[in-house]
Amino acid sequence: MSDVTMLNVHKKYKGSKLAALKRWGPVYIMMAPGLIYLFINNYIPMAGIVSAFKKIDFNLGIWGSPWIGLKNFKFLFATDDAFIITRNTLLYNLAFIFINMICGIFVAILITEIRNKVAKKIYQSMILVPFLMSMVILSYIVYAFFSGENGFINNTILPLFGNTEGISWYSEPKYWPFIIVIVNTWKGVGYGCLIYIATINGIDKSLYEAASLDGAGRLKQIRYILLPCLKGTVITLTLLSVGRIFYSDFGLFYQVTQNAGQLLRTTNVIDTYVYRALITSGSIGMSAAAGFYQSVVGFCLVLISNLIVRKIDADSALF
Amino acid sequence: MRTRETKIIQSIAHVILILITFMIIMPFVLLFMSSITEENTLIRNGYSFFPEVISMESYAYIFREGAKIFRAYGVTILVTAIGTLLNTALSSTLAYGLSIKNLPFKRVVSFFVLFTMLFNGGLVPSYLMWTGTFEITNTIWALIVPNYMLSAMNVFLIRTYYVTSIPDALYEAAEIDGASTFGVFRNIVLPLGKPILITMGLFAGLGYWNDWTNGLYYLRGISGEKLYSIQNLLNRMISQIQFLSQNSSAASTISGEAAKVPATGVRMAIAFVAILPILCIYPFLQKYFQEGIAMGAVKG
Repeated sequence: MSDVTMLNVHKKYKGSKLAALKRWGPVYIMMAPGLIYLFINNYIPMAGIVSAFKKIDFNLGIWGSPWIGLKNFKFLFATDDAFIITRNTLLYNLAFIFINMICGIFVAILITEIRNKVAKKIYQSMILVPFLMSMVILSYIVYAFFSGENGFINNTILPLFGNTEGISWYSEPKYWPFIIVIVNTWKGVGYGCLIYIATINGIDKSLYEAASLDGAGRLKQIRYILLPCLKGTVITLTLLSVGRIFYSDFGLFYQVTQNAGQLLRTTNVIDTYVYRALITSGSIGMSAAAGFYQSVVGFCLVLISNLIVRKIDADSALF
Repeated sequence: MRTRETKIIQSIAHVILILITFMIIMPFVLLFMSSITEENTLIRNGYSFFPEVISMESYAYIFREGAKIFRAYGVTILVTAIGTLLNTALSSTLAYGLSIKNLPFKRVVSFFVLFTMLFNGGLVPSYLMWTGTFEITNTIWALIVPNYMLSAMNVFLIRTYYVTSIPDALYEAAEIDGASTFGVFRNIVLPLGKPILITMGLFAGLGYWNDWTNGLYYLRGISGEKLYSIQNLLNRMISQIQFLSQNSSAASTISGEAAKVPATGVRMAIAFVAILPILCIYPFLQKYFQEGIAMGAVKG
């Protein structure tokens, strides 16, 4: 029966080009809106990356503006900014990758150890709530804690330690690496945690039973069975994050710091620099150059990290 | 011995997890308590978990004077609804095509979609294109179209779901019945793909609800302000505060403008109102969120 069907299908559609068009045309028409959207939203700006080599004039657009070679890059790399934004972007991302991994695994193990089903479900749900919040909301929450005049820390915590003056947090760059890392962990730990929980739940139960028969306690089982089983996920997630290490969450560095100028030394990253240069200071050439720098280095890093991921675990690689 | 170890681990895990849950809840509690603190108490004692005087004045103010706030809320709901619908329509159809086994040029098309995840042109060309070529500045489309209408990652996740959970036999049967391509999509793919479409739709919706970047880039001046979503409104209020605190001399000259900045407590009330819908629906939809993340879904 099915052989006959296959034959019919074959006859019906592989017969001529017209038949193929009749068969696949409608499919491509259905896919067209999505493909056109990607072409406009993603591919045209990719071509527009040449703007980094042009003296952009808003009236002439990208294509009409004159070429100026590497001038934009010369200006960009002549400033301290290029170094500062690269350093900040890389260091923050390294801290995020490391801390989110440790915290994510730790919390995932704790949650999967819990035997009480109701409690387990509650913990698992709660941990994800911050992930659902926008960076604007986070900036309000951070403001409630750190505001110079009304903040909880200046009004309630510091007086306990005899500091009634308070600290004007939003003008002291030295505190922000800590604040930003804490905020990022608070928001991000649930996401990573759930991925690790999925891996832990996938571990073959018979491994634990065998270990238990051999007299291994729970801690030993975690140490010798669970952690080694997580290795693949850890490596894959880390490599994928390393591929994104030249990008950062614009909101985390723009909203949460409230775009405060005094903090730039420790809070300016490539994404915020590109935005400020484009919108605020109007130095569109520098902005385009920094954007180009980010796209190209970012692209290389994504390629390299993916090639490695593919070697280790082909299913997790993007391509 | 072993059961004792298990018991100890259970207690320690509970203690730590309760602590973590506490740390997750506290910031929201502070936000809420601040919004119901009486204004003078707030100015005297700052934001606090245990306000001396409680007042619902902030919420009353929102209901009384909050035309702007309700408008922004309406914009957010509208943008989230339209955006989620468009996003789901585009991703489900594109994923359907990519899920068909012998689609001609499938590798080329897959690569076309994939490449958008590897490389992007960055803000400057996008900005110039949307403002210059498409002129979406100060239109509702500015909040809907750029960036959030399709995510390549989510397209691939939907495709994988179609491939693994819709049996080939169904397609073959439909073909014998002479069903059209669209008929197959509507009668087989959509119903059977419902779980994944709900999951991905939720992430798209969350992306729209929480987005403030499109408004920041593409809404300008007074006519732009009319289209502010709730996130844009919150963003604007906090940047005004920042501006005033950094330019105390400017504060006196623009006292008219300063008067428009809602008082300390009201701001927190608006922020709380903005997250309330998410907090309310999350308990019912958490399963989808958790499954989506385990698969690798991304916002927007």
